[in-house]
Amino acid sequence: MSKPTLATVWLDGCSGCHMSLLDTDERLLELTERADLVYSPIVDTKEFPEHVDVCLVEGAVSSEEDLHKIKMVRERTTTLIAFGDCAVTSNVPGMRNPIGVPPLFERAYIENATTNKQLPSSVVPRLLPTARPVHRVVKVDVFLPGCPPDADLIYNMLDDLLAGRVPNVAGARFGR
Amino acid sequence: MTTVFTFTIDGQAVAGSEDQTILEVAEENGIDIPTLCHLDGVKDRGACRLCVVEVAGSNKLAPACTTQIAEGMEITAHSDRLLEYRRAIIEMLFMERNHVCAVCVANNHCELQSMAEEHGLTHFDLPPISPVVGIDASHRLFAIDHNRCILCLRCVRVCDQIEGAHTWDVMQRGIETRVVTDMGKPWGESTTCTSCGKCVQVCPTGALFEKGRAVARGSKTRRPYLPYLKVVSEERG
Repeated sequence: MSKPTLATVWLDGCSGCHMSLLDTDERLLELTERADLVYSPIVDTKEFPEHVDVCLVEGAVSSEEDLHKIKMVRERTTTLIAFGDCAVTSNVPGMRNPIGVPPLFERAYIENATTNKQLPSSVVPRLLPTARPVHRVVKVDVFLPGCPPDADLIYNMLDDLLAGRVPNVAGARFGR
Repeated sequence: MTTVFTFTIDGQAVAGSEDQTILEVAEENGIDIPTLCHLDGVKDRGACRLCVVEVAGSNKLAPACTTQIAEGMEITAHSDRLLEYRRAIIEMLFMERNHVCAVCVANNHCELQSMAEEHGLTHFDLPPISPVVGIDASHRLFAIDHNRCILCLRCVRVCDQIEGAHTWDVMQRGIETRVVTDMGKPWGESTTCTSCGKCVQVCPTGALFEKGRAVARGSKTRRPYLPYLKVVSEERG
């Protein structure tokens, strides 16, 4: 029997949740023996596979690219995990929500810029009106809050999932 | 002579004097009922509703902090229904303002954050409101960030009942409700505030904080001395 496949995706977040995943240290070796890491910012695959068993999603859905990506990931994934506070609550990316995109851009790229004052218009994806938690866009199967979630919590959750148990996320909390 | 009432909480036989509340008797008997707005030493007002309990014979939930005990009461303080209500209350408190634990001055020193963890909240189903609410940093030492305020009104009560200044009060109604200083004047222009800092010490979240504190550094450092609030209020009767 082939191993279950594992993917991780990075939307609007700081990569801290991925750092916390790496903080599982030597247990990563054990995890990679039990599952194939098929797509992630920390591996070289460019295309998200047609089918993935478990996918960790870090970050809020903030841009058109995030929106496109999360819909595609959801379609191809059996168990989708909102991984960390940005994915779960929109957290820091969501702090712009009461402000709105035009005033935000004005402040960041015009008022506070010393040279080359202009709004970003090419290469970078367009921002959505609000940064949303993942479950406000697509269905989420497991929530793991934390900024970032503790490495032990991440390991225990993956351990449960790979063993076919309902994941226990007791001890997870917003912030930290 | 005080009358003693006997009754039950979660099936456990307990007794209290007639002037006591359900919460007081529960605490004396080691029964943990979650609270947010309650604070030993200031009068209860049932603001947060987290301490609601079921009283047999009544189809209404009663806040344990403001409900007087009575002979023969049968109280349920823990049930699946109550857990569901308490989780909903915590969720609504989070969604009513902009709570961003990760960058909050009170991160890991926050009673709302701890309540969410204790009740196993891992996400919120309600849509976010993301209201535009202000910060008043005009006071020399302290600031209030309304993004984090849960309207427990501990600040209002401690300022009135202990400090005797009554700088804090409440303005507007419903979702527009805000705590205000001196009828809505900026805190820094308040002529009644004594800058005692009691409001900051009792705030359960990061709404009231000492200026110059970084993220997660807003611990209420002098909190261990808060039992004195109870001593003061008992002395005054």
